[in-house]
Amino acid sequence: MSDTPTVSEIEIQAWADGRLEASRRAEVEAWLAVHAEEAERATAYRSLNEALRAHYEPVLQESVPSRLVRTARRGTRVRVFAKAAVWAVLGIAVGAVGGWQLRALQAPAPVAQPEAPVIARRAALAHATYAPEVRHPVEVGADQEQHLVAWLSKRLGSPVRAPKLDGEGMALVGGRLLPGETGPVAQFMYQCARGRRVTLYVRTEAPDHRETAFRYARENNVRVFYWIDRTFGYALSSADLERDELLKLANAAYRQLNP
Amino acid sequence: MSDAQSLIELIPRLRRYARALAGERAAADDLVQDTLERAWTKLHLYRRGTDLRAWLFTVMHNVHVNRLRATRPSDPLEDEMPELAQRATQGDALLVRDLERALAALPVAQREVLLLVALEDLSYEETAQALDIPIGTVMSRLARAREKVRLLMQGKGGTKLQVVK
Repeated sequence: MSDTPTVSEIEIQAWADGRLEASRRAEVEAWLAVHAEEAERATAYRSLNEALRAHYEPVLQESVPSRLVRTARRGTRVRVFAKAAVWAVLGIAVGAVGGWQLRALQAPAPVAQPEAPVIARRAALAHATYAPEVRHPVEVGADQEQHLVAWLSKRLGSPVRAPKLDGEGMALVGGRLLPGETGPVAQFMYQCARGRRVTLYVRTEAPDHRETAFRYARENNVRVFYWIDRTFGYALSSADLERDELLKLANAAYRQLNP
Repeated sequence: MSDAQSLIELIPRLRRYARALAGERAAADDLVQDTLERAWTKLHLYRRGTDLRAWLFTVMHNVHVNRLRATRPSDPLEDEMPELAQRATQGDALLVRDLERALAALPVAQREVLLLVALEDLSYEETAQALDIPIGTVMSRLARAREKVRLLMQGKGGTKLQVVK
């Protein structure tokens, strides 16, 4: 091409976006007509705009998750109620739980902290390692549940239990033993009818530890709710479930493990 | 209209942008949720009468970048970063067949500009304001983003693979 470029890259971009004034657009189009390579590029950019809009248009039609509407409506009030929400989740707020508390129950859990504690990180890592496993997701299957629980209890040195989450649509797949920071750790795996998986990571805690309320963390795409009670630290992880769904399961597990 | 109502009405638009920006649905909705929470705490910074949606894109940009820094330090935040690791070879380009994957291959800074302009139809000036960058940077990121997506998507259909000199 020997003719001087009279159309800038910025104008090519603006043409693709349909943002040139009519007079200039005609000039640019005349130029593109004799510059095949640029014309193909500009046309591709324009098609990309259309493809993007077409591809993401359906999102506008989706029903909006209620948690987002609640956040938009209530904003910072959520924070005011956050503490009450934690107590309510823990089942400590016994008795009549008012309507506002029920809503607070579903309030967003704390935003994922930049540096999740060891138990959450380890649990997420173990989840990411074994949850995608097709042939060997567990060492001992749920068909030998008694043996599984006895074996893991023996290795952890304290009686562990696999909570029943069938009521929440999650069936026990089985479990395995994992190396932890200070000793063996247990992992139970659950699966729903649609194949979505959740793992419960159980480790023993030193006697001088502090008990904690539910905490939420996120490691890449794995969501984790974790808490520590008298004997064990627990972390419930899933890459497949929404935070609210996982919270429900964590709540169910907590109630069984801390009756 | 109350602030809450305005926010609620804009949720679908925020979700669309977040979906394109963050990819997976749950992660995108988490991003929207954090954006809404942050919007409430920062509402005093919003100038009445200006475009609330554009302001929310700014809030989302900040939330998103902070999250990426916190959880994935290796994520390509800046388009100035060397792109060798992400740049697809011609063989890889054949594998990157769909729009979402092509978008995901862009550095976040380029993806944001492309989406605000092409998907959300913000003007170049509004995009510059929303991301707090000069308009020249908007144009250069836009050009690079589009060209990269175009090259990545060329393998689609596998009929023609032109050599770009």
